[in-house]
Amino acid sequence: MNEKIIEITGKAVPLRGDDIDTDRIIPARFMKCLTFDGLGQFAFYDVKYGEKGEEKEHVLNSPDFKGHAILISGRNFGCGSSREHAPWALKGMGIRCIIARSYAEIFANNCSSLGIPALAVDENIADELLKMVEDDPAVDFSIDLLGKRLYSGNRTFPFHIPENYRLALVEGRWDTTSMLMESLEDIERANKRLPAFID
Amino acid sequence: MSQNLLNKVWDIHRIKTLPTGQDQLFISLHLIHEVTSPQAFGMLKERGLKVLYPERTFATVDHIIPTDKRERPFDDGLAEGMIRTLEENTGENGISYFGPESDHQGIVHIMGPELGLTQPGLTIACGDSHTSTHGAFGAIAFGIGTSQIRDILATQTMALSKPKVRRINIDGTLKKGVYGKDLILKIIADLGVNGGIGFAYEYGGEVIDNMSMEERMTICNMTIEGGARVGYVNPDEKTYEYLKGRRYAPKDFDAAVKEWKKLASPQDAEYDDVYTLDVSDLEPMITWGINPGQALGVGDRIPEDADEQACAFMGFERGQVLKGTQIDVAFIGSCTNGRISDLRIAAEVVRGRKVSPGVRALVVPGSRSVADQAEREGLHTIFKEAGFQWREPGCSMCLAMNPDKLIKRELCASSSNRNFIGRQGSPTGRTILMSPAMVAASAIIGRISDVRDML
Repeated sequence: MNEKIIEITGKAVPLRGDDIDTDRIIPARFMKCLTFDGLGQFAFYDVKYGEKGEEKEHVLNSPDFKGHAILISGRNFGCGSSREHAPWALKGMGIRCIIARSYAEIFANNCSSLGIPALAVDENIADELLKMVEDDPAVDFSIDLLGKRLYSGNRTFPFHIPENYRLALVEGRWDTTSMLMESLEDIERANKRLPAFID
Repeated sequence: MSQNLLNKVWDIHRIKTLPTGQDQLFISLHLIHEVTSPQAFGMLKERGLKVLYPERTFATVDHIIPTDKRERPFDDGLAEGMIRTLEENTGENGISYFGPESDHQGIVHIMGPELGLTQPGLTIACGDSHTSTHGAFGAIAFGIGTSQIRDILATQTMALSKPKVRRINIDGTLKKGVYGKDLILKIIADLGVNGGIGFAYEYGGEVIDNMSMEERMTICNMTIEGGARVGYVNPDEKTYEYLKGRRYAPKDFDAAVKEWKKLASPQDAEYDDVYTLDVSDLEPMITWGINPGQALGVGDRIPEDADEQACAFMGFERGQVLKGTQIDVAFIGSCTNGRISDLRIAAEVVRGRKVSPGVRALVVPGSRSVADQAEREGLHTIFKEAGFQWREPGCSMCLAMNPDKLIKRELCASSSNRNFIGRQGSPTGRTILMSPAMVAASAIIGRISDVRDML
C-alpha cells in the first residue's frame, strides 16, 4: 500500500492552452536517462528557455507562480508520447495535482501510477480558475478527493476523476504492482491457457 | 446483438475485477525498447522482484540508436549506456533481444509483425504510444508508461478500464496517389485529436478490407493521435496470409486461424458509436499546424479560424495554400511509414529523378528486414542516385533522440506521425506530416507538392 492521497492544498500555476503534448512537457533529448530522478529541471524546457538558454517571458518563469503545486490547463492535456518522464518532470518541479478540461488517456494513467490526481473540470470552470489565478497568484486551493470538491475561499467547484483512479489515490493503491501480485495463481492459469511464442 | 472483437479479447484475458473497479488484464505479448524500460527494471530490482514470464517479453533498440555509424561504442555515450542497460536487463532476465547486430532489429512496432509475434486476439503492450499499430492484426494493443512496464514484467498483467468501441466505416475508393496515411490524417482531422478519448477505434468497410496489412498498420499506428489508445482491424484472409510461415507464428497454423476467425466482430456486432466516412473524394493530406489534427488537402487553404499559436509557430497565415512552400528536409521512415511498401511507393516517385538542391533527404528503413528487402530490390540505389541518404534502421528523425535532427527553423516534409512543437529535435523546427509518396515528391520538387502530378 502507498500513502493515501485524500486532500491536497496549495497555490496554482495557470498554463493556458489545449493539446499540450508530452514532447512539450519534456523534450525527447532529456529522456536519455536511466532513472526518473532530476527531471524537474527539464519540465517545459523549450517553453521556458530560448535556444541560447535565456529565460523567456512565460508564466512558468514568473516568480509569482514559483513552487506552486497545482497546475491548471486546457483540453487534452498530456497528449502524444506515452513517456512517463512527463509526469515525473511535473512532479520534479513540485506539481502534486493537475486540473484540466480533459487528459490524454496514457498520461492520465501515468499520473495515477505516480499518485498525482489529474482532475477534469468543465470548460467554464477551467476558464474561471485560470482567471482567478492570473488575477491573484496567491489564491489558495484545497482539493478533497473524498468529497470530490475543489475549494477556494468560500467558492466550491465540482471536478471529475475516473472512480478507479480516485479510489486508488484515497485508498493508497496507486502503485499497482502489489495489488496485481495478489492474483499470481490466476495469472499462472491464464499463462498456461493462452498461446505461447515458440521459436 | 453480438460481441465485438475488443470485448471478446478482453474477456479471454481478464483475470478479475480489482478493488479499484478496474480489470486486471493478462498481457499476452510485451514489447520493450531502450528508452522507457530501464527505470522499470530498476523498480523491480528495488523491490526484489523477478520478471514473471520472460518468454512473453521481446526487446529491440530503436529510439536512440544512430542510423549512420553503428560501430560500438556509439559516439553518444548516453545512447551507448541506455542500449547497454537494455542488453544487461534482457540478458539477466532471459528476455529475447534483437540488438543492433540482429537481422530483426528495428522499430519495435515493425519488428513485432515481421517476426509473427503480433497475432490476432492477443493483448499487447509496449512502453510507446504507437503500440496501437499492432491492432492491424486484430490484437488489442496498448501504449503504456514505465510503471505499467514494471507491472507487466512483475505480473504479466495490468490494471485497465475497458474502453468503449467506436466503429469507423470507410466507404468508397481511394484515388490514385491517396494512401492509408491520408485516410488516417483525415479521420483525425474530422474527429479531433481528443475525439477518441475513452474509445477504441475499430476500422472497417470496403476501403479497409481492400487495404494491405501494411496500410492497415499505418492507420492503426496513428489512432493514438486521435486520442484513442487502441485501434484495430478485424482479422481476415490477408492477416492470416501475412502471418503464415513467420518465425513466431503458431506452429499449428490452421488451428490458430480457426480460433482467430471466431474473434472477428460479426455483422451484427454492438458498438458504442459508429462513424462513417466516404473517401472517394479524399485528396492527399498534409498538416499545417502543431498537432496531427490540423490537416487539410494539399491544395486547400489554411482555415480562416485556424489556431493563432499554431500559425505563428509554423510561420503560416490563415487562408494560405501550402502547396509550393519551400522545404529544407525530407524524411521517409518511422513506425507509421517505414515499411517496405512505403519505400516501394516512394522509390517509384523518385526513380530517375534528383532531390532538389538544398533539400536534405533521408530514407530510414523501419527495420533491418525492411532494409535488406529494399536492398534486394535495388530501392536503396534508386534513393541514393537521387540524392537521398540511405540509413540504418531506427526511429531516427521521428522523435530525434539520436543525432538525426532538424536544425533551427528548418521545415521538414515528414512521413512520421507527430508535428508537435520541437518534435523533430529543434525547438523551433517545423514538421509537415504527409504520406511517403508526398514526401518523395516534395523532396524532388523542393517544395510541398502534390504527388499526383508526378505519377
